Amino acid sequence: MKPVFMTYTKKDLINLAVCMVLSVLIIPTFISTEYWYTSILIPWLCLALATIGQQIVMGYTGQLALGAAGFMAAGAFAMFNLILRVPDLGFVGSLIVSGLIAAAFGILFGLPSLKVRGIYLMVATLASQFFIIWMIDKFGWFKNYDSSGIITAQDIVILGKPFTTPLAMYFVCLAVTTVLTLLAMNMARGSTGRNWMAVRDMDIAAESMGVSLLRTKVQAFAISAFYCGVAGALFAFCYLKSLEPVAFDIKLSFKILFMCILGGLGTINGAFIGAAFILLFPVLLNAVGNNVFHGAIDATIISSIEQVIFGGLMIIFMIYEPLGMAKLWETLKHNIKSKLTSLDITSLKSSKLKKPRK
Amino acid sequence: MVDELLFFMEVLVGGLLAGTMYSLVALGFVLIFKASATFNFSQGAMVFFSVLAFCGFMQDFNIPFVLAFILAALLMVVVGLCTERLVLRPLMNASEDTVLMATIGLGYVLEGLAQAAWGVEVRRLDLGIGDFPVPWIADNLKLFISALDITAGLVAALMIIGLFLLFKYTKIGLGLRAVADDAGAASSIGIPLKHIMLLVWSAAGVVALVAGCMWGARAGVQFALVDLALKALPVLIIGGFSSIPGAIIGGLIIGATEKVLEVYIGPYFGGAIEGWAPYVLAIFFLLYRPEGLFGEKIIRRV
Repeated sequence: MKPVFMTYTKKDLINLAVCMVLSVLIIPTFISTEYWYTSILIPWLCLALATIGQQIVMGYTGQLALGAAGFMAAGAFAMFNLILRVPDLGFVGSLIVSGLIAAAFGILFGLPSLKVRGIYLMVATLASQFFIIWMIDKFGWFKNYDSSGIITAQDIVILGKPFTTPLAMYFVCLAVTTVLTLLAMNMARGSTGRNWMAVRDMDIAAESMGVSLLRTKVQAFAISAFYCGVAGALFAFCYLKSLEPVAFDIKLSFKILFMCILGGLGTINGAFIGAAFILLFPVLLNAVGNNVFHGAIDATIISSIEQVIFGGLMIIFMIYEPLGMAKLWETLKHNIKSKLTSLDITSLKSSKLKKPRK
Repeated sequence: MVDELLFFMEVLVGGLLAGTMYSLVALGFVLIFKASATFNFSQGAMVFFSVLAFCGFMQDFNIPFVLAFILAALLMVVVGLCTERLVLRPLMNASEDTVLMATIGLGYVLEGLAQAAWGVEVRRLDLGIGDFPVPWIADNLKLFISALDITAGLVAALMIIGLFLLFKYTKIGLGLRAVADDAGAASSIGIPLKHIMLLVWSAAGVVALVAGCMWGARAGVQFALVDLALKALPVLIIGGFSSIPGAIIGGLIIGATEKVLEVYIGPYFGGAIEGWAPYVLAIFFLLYRPEGLFGEKIIRRV
């Protein structure tokens, strides 16, 4: 195992510091409405984490997978059962173990990726989505033989202290997301990530250069499912506060796919941008519907319009910027920078260059 | 013993006929894949969109059945036209995966548009064919088989024969196959790529409409059709993405297997295994015969 937290540059540390100050100091001091924590910030962090999982397998390793919500369900229900049956493990321990359980599913359903790719793999991963949800639904043990179908999530207790207020839960999500994001950035930059990207760009060439396809792909699926599992556990315990298999249906998988693609394939910050966009856009649309049209437009029509816009954006991004919003942001930054400083030809060039996507 | 055998036959035949419903969805998929090597993920959304429009024309505007069907078919041609112009042409040289994701987006657009225009409530679609056992078969063969299933089977058979003849023996079919093989080479010898694409997407739209009518008559016209249509994907994997007979055989295999498994093995697991059984079956096919039963072997060059 190589050292994990060592490959940061000065720029990264500044970015990290800015993010930390923003999320730990500024947000809690200026935002006091519960709504922001319970309906926006907490789900944003959870879904961003799941999107990072999707990024690892899709953006970095180039494997078209569509089962993120299934792994999230595995993580969430593993968490529920661990807290229920193995209370000694504690919250953090349970979170890690439920991530590992999701990872086991990831390995199992990632195996077809060794033989197939593209839409074929997508169908294989759909199997995981439907199978995991069915399994949880049909075997009462997973739900502790609860007949209502919806189970209340246990309270979060870390080191004997309860974390039940929205702010406290926000900090739990923030801490987990921060640690896992830093880890993901490291993996992406280190040899692990290089292997993933080599497989993505040309698997045969990667193999002939000594990258083990088996190892790389299975590793990507396992790590991806681990992230999704942890995200699912947080999603259930901090956001939904209940557990029901329906919450993790195929729609959520598609949502995460959209977050991943619109945010920007193969980027970590894209996961956060994409998740924020997909979460906030409906809020914005509803606000417009209520305040500009004063509820004249039906809520179902608004949600249909939202779907049309998401789909349309997907097409537009595929045509004009397959690398998503993260890339747009980069281009914007470059352009501003080159406007501010004297005309720097190299940076201008690199900002204009579109990387051809395989 | 005889009763058990009869029951098995009934389950099997019911499954086979239900499988043709999947085949109908898969058919639209194959059509587009054959002509443009594009995986059209929005086929399920097209099914939903077309049949909802059909219902909408009939129920909201009181347009007679046949006219409404023609209008809905024309609408699908317009959808095909827009898709060709706005989605496929700009993505002409993009990678397979990029086009696939764009069609996922297209699916979202179609679902959203359909619901915005016609509402979200479940609509009933009455084709005049009942979803109950045909008395003649029930009396003579002691099998309970739904009239709707038989109609779906017949419609599927007709469409297969029609499409097969089209692809094999007409000039258009030859053009379609040429484009599928190598779009660049085909257009260089004067095959109008735009027209071919438009034709194929319109045809897929009409196939979607027919599939939608069958599904809608059975389960009601509702959003769940999109999820049902996802099952066309394992059908395609088993049959092969580029084979019209494959779509049918794949549908039959999926339909029969999922029903037989559901009835005989399902009870041991609490039922509802048909939700995932087709996908798992597809995985086994992927492991042993990735190109499907009738598909062309895909050779990737470095």
